[in-house]
Amino acid sequence: MAVIAEPVAAQVKRSSLWSRAFESRNFLGAMFMVPAIAILILFLAYPLALGFWLGMTDTKIGGVGRFIGFQNFVSLSKDSVFWLSVFNTIFYTVFASVVKFAIGLYLALLLNERLPFKSMMRAIVLLPFVVPTVLSAIAFWWIYDSQFSIISWVLIKAGLLNHYIDFLGDPWNARWSVVLANIWRGVPFVAITLLAGLQTISPSLYEAANLDGATNMQRFRHITLPMLSPIIAVVMTFSVLMTFTDFQLIYTITRGGPINATHLMATLSFQRAITGGNLGEGAAISNAMIPFLVAAILLSFFGLQRSRWQQGGRD
Amino acid sequence: MSSVQIRDVRKSFGNFEVLHGVSIPIEDGQFVVLVGPSGCGKSTLLRMLAGLENITSGTISIGDRVVNNVQPKERDIAMVFQNYALYPHMTVAENMGFSLKLRNAGSDEINKRVKRAAEILALSPLLDRYPRQLSGGQRQRVAMGRAIVRDPQVFLFDEPLSNLDAKLRVAMRTEIKELHQRLKTTTVYVTHDQIEAMTMADKIVVMHDGIVEQMGTPLELYDKPENQFVAGFIGSPAMNFLKGHVRVNGVATFEGPNGVKLPLKSAPAGSDGRPAVYGVRPEHFTIADDGAEAEIVVVEPTGSETQVFAKVGGEQVVAVFRERHQFNPGDKVRLKPDPSVVHLFDEATGKRM
Repeated sequence: MAVIAEPVAAQVKRSSLWSRAFESRNFLGAMFMVPAIAILILFLAYPLALGFWLGMTDTKIGGVGRFIGFQNFVSLSKDSVFWLSVFNTIFYTVFASVVKFAIGLYLALLLNERLPFKSMMRAIVLLPFVVPTVLSAIAFWWIYDSQFSIISWVLIKAGLLNHYIDFLGDPWNARWSVVLANIWRGVPFVAITLLAGLQTISPSLYEAANLDGATNMQRFRHITLPMLSPIIAVVMTFSVLMTFTDFQLIYTITRGGPINATHLMATLSFQRAITGGNLGEGAAISNAMIPFLVAAILLSFFGLQRSRWQQGGRD
Repeated sequence: MSSVQIRDVRKSFGNFEVLHGVSIPIEDGQFVVLVGPSGCGKSTLLRMLAGLENITSGTISIGDRVVNNVQPKERDIAMVFQNYALYPHMTVAENMGFSLKLRNAGSDEINKRVKRAAEILALSPLLDRYPRQLSGGQRQRVAMGRAIVRDPQVFLFDEPLSNLDAKLRVAMRTEIKELHQRLKTTTVYVTHDQIEAMTMADKIVVMHDGIVEQMGTPLELYDKPENQFVAGFIGSPAMNFLKGHVRVNGVATFEGPNGVKLPLKSAPAGSDGRPAVYGVRPEHFTIADDGAEAEIVVVEPTGSETQVFAKVGGEQVVAVFRERHQFNPGDKVRLKPDPSVVHLFDEATGKRM
């Protein structure tokens, strides 16, 4: 009897373990997280780890590198082109971000007012964001062309200028030109996100401030700005990160030239790693961006913390 | 403190007129409640008084000054909003002192006045909190505090209690009334709740579809409603209306639905045979042998009183008794309205006869 009973008992036990596992919150939770974790590991953690590793090796395309510790970073620290790209990246990020914020906020405030054709204007503002980056970069490339530039042409026809501007041939002209292209491309994101933030501010707050005696300027200073600050922190973090790591615009318009004047860390990394074949050095340049990005994230993280506290919360 | 004169004020949004010539005199120190169903234009009128909406025609004056073209901040008024409109990024003290700060008052002056207002409203322990950390009733008090630190000519309240639960609403009602008795500032208060209007007002203005139906003291409106709308709007449970005709055959009576005879003290001259609406408040019914026959439908005891729903001449009426009658659904009773306090309205115009 016992011999027959045993397998039946085991079967019951097995199925109950199975069904119990499916009723357990922890097991199910883990199951549901598997796909997300797999994707994160495959497309985020692995490339990042590989990047770190490559940065510590002298790998070249087609070859297997060996571990050389921080030698890539040591040689980069003596590389003037690398430092130029660091300077370019910071210059590009600071100027583009500041101007994008200023114009974006201005547009958001404007679009938040009662305007004729408001929805059409909102759509138009979004346009630069909708066009693929490479397409708009090519458009800018033409706009900045040394012979066919429409800007030069208009200025000459208007009699304001007697020669074509060499937008992309002169280092400083080129820097400002790509900053301008980046601003054009980045403003819609800032404007539309800030507009969404503005629309969450209750109109009765403005009415209350109006009755309290606030002028337009004071309403902006004491209501709009503090209420918008959490959104501003998020938008500007994203904006800074996207600008700092920009690649497409630069690579399409200038490829880092003239004489490396517009090389950003991302484009330099690509050039050294893929075009030049030095995967290890390229990865090291990419890794060098990380401290800057972490600093930007921390800055906005603490900015966000503060504004959350400002708005109260549970005690 | 100031009187307020609203003279023939109209308001249109595009071609759509929402206020059709409203005139309301408000005396210095009076507590006036604008009451009416939603969409009657009461909030719009209040916002026009505050300067948040333009005045299409007519004039509004505060004191001796016509304020039609005066900026809200120059009108010297304070408003309590329905959602309180507290600045979420400012503490209670900063919220209350904001208007003073904008006027460049010294910080000593601001502190002094905020403190005083906080004492009046029992907010002193909460001055460093943020609005999010406050309960609904506390936020409501901060909103009032923000109004009183400014010591304005007129207080405006826009349905301030509608976001509170029932119990708190009753408590805040008393608190607002007490505050008014203490400060004696002219107050205009908008609500859709006739009980709030009855309990708080010196003067009630009943509005409906952009016109003033009637204004007067709470008891005037209750005892002598000028038309059927006011009669039905003021009082809870609402007044019963029975359609029928006035009959004068030596004695005046009212012939209600299905020939039910209802008593009248007297009939207005020349009203014999006229179609009319007979209005009787629920508490003006008594049980009497010469009353109209009625069949009990539902009995709802509340403890202090009992509401009885019954059919009279096929129409449902509600009666309220302080005495504890033993009624059961289906019982036949005789309900008699007190003829000295019944109301007669013209059926066509709704006007009091």
